[in-house]
Amino acid sequence: MWTWAPLRSWLASLITSYWADPALNAVQILMVMIGLILVMAFYTLAERKIIGWMQSRRGPNRVNLFWVPGLGQPFADVVKLLFKEIVVPADANGILFRVAPFLTLIPALAIWAVIPFAPQHAFANINAGLLYILAMTSMGVYGVILAGWAANSKYAFLGAMRSAAQIVAYEIAMGFAMVGVLMVSGSLNMGAIVESQHGGPLSWNWFWLFPLLVVYYISGVAETNRAPFDVAEGESEIVAGFHVDYSGMAFALFFIAEYVNMILISALTVIFFFGGWLSPLDGYLPASSLLAAPSFFWFGLKTLFPMFGFLWLRATFPRYRYDQIMRLGWKALIPVTLVWLLVEGVLIYYHVGPWKGHP
Amino acid sequence: MQAMRRFIKTFLLWELLQGLWVTLKNMFRPKTTINYPEEKTPQSPRFRGLHALRRYPNGEERCIACKLCEAVCPALAITIESGVSDDGTRRTTRYDIDLFKCIFCGFCEEACPVDAIVETRVLEYHMESRGENIMSKDKLLAVGERFEPTIAADRAADARYR
Repeated sequence: MWTWAPLRSWLASLITSYWADPALNAVQILMVMIGLILVMAFYTLAERKIIGWMQSRRGPNRVNLFWVPGLGQPFADVVKLLFKEIVVPADANGILFRVAPFLTLIPALAIWAVIPFAPQHAFANINAGLLYILAMTSMGVYGVILAGWAANSKYAFLGAMRSAAQIVAYEIAMGFAMVGVLMVSGSLNMGAIVESQHGGPLSWNWFWLFPLLVVYYISGVAETNRAPFDVAEGESEIVAGFHVDYSGMAFALFFIAEYVNMILISALTVIFFFGGWLSPLDGYLPASSLLAAPSFFWFGLKTLFPMFGFLWLRATFPRYRYDQIMRLGWKALIPVTLVWLLVEGVLIYYHVGPWKGHP
Repeated sequence: MQAMRRFIKTFLLWELLQGLWVTLKNMFRPKTTINYPEEKTPQSPRFRGLHALRRYPNGEERCIACKLCEAVCPALAITIESGVSDDGTRRTTRYDIDLFKCIFCGFCEEACPVDAIVETRVLEYHMESRGENIMSKDKLLAVGERFEPTIAADRAADARYR
């Protein structure tokens, strides 16, 4: 199996072995960051293309890259945003206004430390991975609230308040859905959660925890403030919500954070419910074949589907009214998860389902 | 029973799934957008674009300064001053159309007894400085000379309906 050892020894020969581990970490962090930003860049293009197709349009097709029409659009956007002036409103709280974009972006990127990309390849294989994820996703809301408050604008403030209330409401349903996963895996370690699902597509969590999957995904969409739950932005009512007063790269940081969070929710959906890096052909092909082996390829491929779901939902549904969002969160999703946790407990107690070896 | 069925339907997200199916189907349909500069939508011979003043085949101006177009113009975009020309006929000394006021309704074209003022198929034009929005007589005649073949062909195609 592929490991980091050769790279580490090469780094150790380059610099002293004392600095090899920090250098290796830096290389790994850079790889994840650059990969993520690239995926995010093309995700924005995919969003515009796919929503365009769903609305009988063509989507961006003017900026060519490698002779593919539209493929260069993300880079053109980046150049445009880089050259735009960052305007700080006169009455804004200057420090918080400048800090807020980073407070949203840093947690969004920090979560990726515990994501298991492939067997043995989470960059921080900590046993409290799930708790870390819950903590970090909650941290992201501080950036949103501070951005809304620091801009000293009614619209931004309204957007921030809405977003805060919404995230608090949906965090509970999301947490309960994670508890369901936890009951199956018996571990908070992300790698262990994936491994507990081994044994082909039907033993992945999605089958037995289907209601929790739906609840988790809906709360994930609400957590990232995406349509149809994007009242925090709500163009028609409060212009652009918490980031009305941001321009140029400061706005781009919020944008990156939002899309990285979408990719993250997709990745977490795959890890919790679709067996992470486990192969769907596991058990159908001989265990020695490459396609049946767990790998990063399967993780990436599976992650694309929930990512597409985000765009699909946005193209299909109109925005929820705010009280309806709250009603859905508190009165529909939370009861569903509670009932299913009970059902799941009974299933585990009587050894129904694929997790028979469970204590 | 009815309430029960509605409850189950709501819980299965039935209507939401129907909506998702509609968008998924549309994703694979042929797109209605055209690639504008390369492809263009078909134009009718009655298309009302940039204005032009026409001449008779012998080179004589058609316009006789009757001012019917000026009178009918709902946007008051046309300004005409008339005088006597060298050969003693009544001609315009000034014929201005303000393109910013014009609403391209085509009434001037309808009102004209001699088919002098017409609207051509030209829709891609631009202005680079102030004042260029005023189409003076010279400019209108120049447009007419440039596009006379298409103008004449379009009038001929539409003749039986007028």
